[in-house]
Formats: sequence, C-alpha cells, structure tokens
Amino acid sequence: MEDWGDVMFAYIMRRLLMLIPVLLGMTLITFSIVHLIPGNPAQVILGETASAQAIADLEENMGLTEPYFVQYGIYLTDLLQGDLGTSLRSKSAISSEIWPYIAATFELTVFAMLFAIFIGVNAGIISAWKQNTWFDYLAMLIALIGVSMPVFWLALMEQWVFAQELGWLPAYGRQESRDPIAAITHFYVLDSLIHLDFDRTVTILKHLVLPSIALGTIPMAIIARMTRSSMLEVMKSDYIRTVRAKGSGQFLIIYKHALKNAMIPVLTVIGLQAGVLLGGAILTETIFSWPGIGRYVYEAISYRDYPVIQSGILVIAFIFVMINLIVDILYKKIDPRIKY
Amino acid sequence: MLLKDKDEHTEQQIANPAKVGQQFDPEEIDAISPWKDTLRQLTRNRFAVIGFMIIVLFVLLGIAAPLLTPYAYQEQNLVNRLQPPSAEYWFGTDHIGRDVFTRLAFGARVSLQVGFFAVSGALIFGTSLGIIAGYFGRWIDMIISRIFDILLAFPSILLAIAIVAILGPSLENALIAIAIINIPIFGRLVRSRVISLREEEYIMAAKAQGMKNGRIILHHILPNSTAPIIVQATLSFGTAILEAAALGFLGLGVQPPTPEWGQMLADARDFIQLAPWTLIAPGVSIMLVVLGFNLIGDGLRDALDPKMKN
Repeated sequence: MEDWGDVMFAYIMRRLLMLIPVLLGMTLITFSIVHLIPGNPAQVILGETASAQAIADLEENMGLTEPYFVQYGIYLTDLLQGDLGTSLRSKSAISSEIWPYIAATFELTVFAMLFAIFIGVNAGIISAWKQNTWFDYLAMLIALIGVSMPVFWLALMEQWVFAQELGWLPAYGRQESRDPIAAITHFYVLDSLIHLDFDRTVTILKHLVLPSIALGTIPMAIIARMTRSSMLEVMKSDYIRTVRAKGSGQFLIIYKHALKNAMIPVLTVIGLQAGVLLGGAILTETIFSWPGIGRYVYEAISYRDYPVIQSGILVIAFIFVMINLIVDILYKKIDPRIKY
Repeated sequence: MLLKDKDEHTEQQIANPAKVGQQFDPEEIDAISPWKDTLRQLTRNRFAVIGFMIIVLFVLLGIAAPLLTPYAYQEQNLVNRLQPPSAEYWFGTDHIGRDVFTRLAFGARVSLQVGFFAVSGALIFGTSLGIIAGYFGRWIDMIISRIFDILLAFPSILLAIAIVAILGPSLENALIAIAIINIPIFGRLVRSRVISLREEEYIMAAKAQGMKNGRIILHHILPNSTAPIIVQATLSFGTAILEAAALGFLGLGVQPPTPEWGQMLADARDFIQLAPWTLIAPGVSIMLVVLGFNLIGDGLRDALDPKMKN
C-alpha cells in the first residue's frame, strides 16, 4: 500500500496543475472586460466630453495601442509580478490599496459562515432527531423560505426592523465612523483585541451582526436541509444500531457517533456555499456600506474604473477557486474512500 | 469538482443495466406512461401543488396587469407620494407617487420573462454543449469542460456583473448575462448524463445498425436526458429571477421607468422608515415566485427520480 502522505501530495499537485488552465481562463475573461467594451474603451472610460488628447493619453497609459496578444502578455506578466494595475479614480496601485477591502470581506464572510454553520447544523440535527414534529416542520419551512429569499431584501428588512425601528444595532459600516480604529491587520475584531480595547470589540461585533445574518441566511438554510437528510441517512445505519444496543443515550449517539459521518456531505455543501457568500457579499456590502471588496468593485463600476473592476473580480474569483481547492483537499482527508 | 464526481456516481447507478431492464418490465408497461405517472405523483405532492398555484397566480397577475389597475406603471402623482396602502392604492404609492400594486403587477411580467428567456437560453446552449462534450469526448470534451470550469470559477452574480459591465446595463444584457452564468450548470449535468448513456447497450446497438450520430442524439440520448434537465430548469427559473432582481437592485438591469422588483427595492431603500410598504411588496413577490419554483422543482425531482428523495 502506498504511503498516505505520498497519495495526498500527488493529489494536491495534480489539483494544482489542473488549476492552471482555469486561472489562465479567468485572466482571459478579466482581460476581456476592457477589450470587449463596444467602441473605444478610453472614450467610454473618460466619457463623451473627453478631449482627443486625454483619450490618446489614457490609451497610451493603459497600453491600448498595442495588438491584443501583446497586451494580454503584458497583462499576464504584470499579474505574475503582483501588479494589479492602477486605479483610475484614486490613482494609486490596486495591489497596495486592496488589502483592507479583502480583510473586510473576509471578516464578514467568516462571521456569516459561523452563523450559517452553527445554526444550520444544529437546526438540521434537531430536525432529524425530532423528525415530523412541529420543530422539524417549522425549521424546514424557515429553511425553504431562507433559500428563496433575496439577500438584499433580507438585509433591508433587517435594517428597517433592528436598526431603524428598534434601534438595537447599527445599520451601516464596520465601526463608529467618528472614532476609527488604528488598523494593524485590518481584521477589526482581531485589531481591537490586539489593542486590548474590548469596548471597541463589542462595537465592532455589533456592526457585524446584521450583515452576517443577511449574508449567512441562504447558506444556513441549505446547510440545515443537508444536515437533516444526511443525519436521517446515517441514523439508519448498522453501526448506530450497535451504539444504541450498547445503551448510549440519544444525545451521545447523535453528537458523538452520527455527526462525524453525517458531516461529510455537509462539508461539500459548506464549500460550495463559499461562492454564494462571495457573490452575496457584493449585495450585502452595498446595503450595509461595508467597505469590502464587493463594494470596491461595485463602486468602480459606477466610476468606470476598469482596472479596479478587472482586478477586483479576478481577486474574488481567485479566492473562490482557492477555497474550493482547500475544501476538496479537506474532503479527501476526511473521507479517504473518495477517488478522483 | 466534487459535485460532478458525485453526480457521475449516481448517474452510473441509474445506468445500471439491471435497473434499466426493470424499466421495461412488461407489468410496468401495462401500468401507465412515465409522464402520466410523474404528473400523478406531482399532483399528490401538496408542496408542489402550492408552488404551482403561486406561479399561476403571478402569471395571471402579469397577464391581467392592465385590467387589474386603473393606473399606468410610470404614472407619477406627486401629490399622493408615499401614501400607505388604501382602497385606492392597494399597496400604497412610492416616492414619486406611482402605484406600487401596478408596478408590482407589471414587474411580474418582467421577472417571469427574464426567468423564461434566460433559462431557455442557458438550457439550449448548455444542453447542446453538454451533449457534444459527453457524446464525442476526447479534445472536444476537454475544451468544453475547461470552459465550464472557468465560468464556474466565478461566483455567478459576479460574472453576471462583469458581463453587464462589458455590455452596458439594460434588460437584454442582464438577460444575456444570466443565461451565460447558467450555461455550465446545464452543460455539466447533461454531460455526465450523456457519458453514462453512451455506454448503454441500446446505444451501441443503434451504432452497430449504422445509425448516424445526429439521429442517435436526437432519438436516444436527448429523450433519456430530459428528466434531470427539467428539474434543473425549474430550479434555475427561480435562481434566474433572484439574479435578475439582484442586477436590477444594483442598477445593472432594467432601466427606468420599466418596473422591475429588484429596482423597486433599490428605490424603496431610501424611504424604509417613511414607507415600509414600498419595501415589503416587491420583496415578498420575489420570495414567493422563487419559493414557487423551488417547490415545483423539488416535487419534480421526487417524482422523476425517486433515488434523490430525502
């Protein structure tokens, strides 16, 4: 039998190699964003009133005068050197200004995912445990509504009820704008802990509540449904009958024995939800004025800041691909029977 | 990707020759046709019936919109702006005095049309590409599958935003964007189905008889792939409507004054406290329509593929 470490290594290498054409294809698409604009991109970016000189300058600046394949070559070389281009709006290098946005989105999606997993998995387990009771029906009804609800509508309803009517939680931003934090990592929860400023941690966590719930609801609903059906499946298996025969209590059976196996398909779903989260982040961030990468791209669209649109989309897609890769690897580690 | 592998796995189980043999059991044939059976199972599924009724309701609302309301959807009445629901204005009025119910009813047309055309487009292109990739295999499969991989490497709404950023915001472009992001979903589904069908004995028999590829695809492959396509199309109809609403909300979809639910929510955003009804009506409509398609889709899946039943 082959060494387990070797198998894992070979698998990871193969997956990385398979990633190359996908990454190239992604850059081709983001490259095309500028070049598929009907008409002259420089003209579109600068607007109708731009002078011929300004257009010529921008074309020169963006290298638009070269043939396509040369431009693509330059684009790729720049990317490989970590050069994501220059924002037309802020005039600064995108690679140097993008990190706080990524951190903001990351913080939001992590909290959204924690919410989704904690509530989703537990609701699914209890639903399976109490199958066909009022709790089961209610939880599954909520899950069904959850997957059908537009993220942005839920976000607006939250703002209306919890921020404006009840005044419990803040409706906008990551922190009190009058009293900004001295950012170190740009993960504000972490930063406030580093500063040992726990009052601030509370404020920052309060800002996270509404956007996290809005963003996490769809994954939560999907995870709950998946956990329930997976749990019901596992509970029928022979080894659970054995555990039962041994005289273990229901709680122990579920959380100690059944959960581990029931989580395998759930983990896949959790991985697949990464895309939903990153996509949903654009909408959630717009509504909650959350300074994340989704909002960064969205604002760039209204300013026709094409380098930011290109690089922002590329960065999000890159993160998404990496998350999928990590999930696949974890999946293989948890269930070695899986063959690719 | 994991999902694909899992799909192929179940596809192979379905394609188990022993099981296929059972399908042609004389007793089964004596019973009723598969489509009638599906329909019967579907009408027995309470949730699917509720879903169907919701969709019919919104289709009727869209069709009968001009008859149901005395107002035009772009008609402004600044004196009566932000009016709460009343006998005169069933769902109230918005920030420039337009009747919310009227816009909702006409909005149903837009949303259902976008859903229909985007899903049709994705279905036609996705199925064709999936069949070509699965049936011919080799380098064609390589190329098409990599294109699917690349399209799926973007979070779908992000890809839609990118496409609209290229083409410019309009209803048609939003529709094209939504169709494109759904192509790989159909493509992969059909491809894995075709790959398992390709090895079936009756396909080999057809080939041995000298049947042309085109005929085999049309007469054998396509009819045997319809069940999963129909289920996916129903579920995608809901997602497409959600995606269209998201684009509309971001101002990248339908342009004013055409009423669209997502865009109505964007307008309502600034008046949440003053006029929550402008927020509730379009949101509930989107949710109900999507819920309707999800219920029908789940019901269809249970009826067409008992293996996937929870």
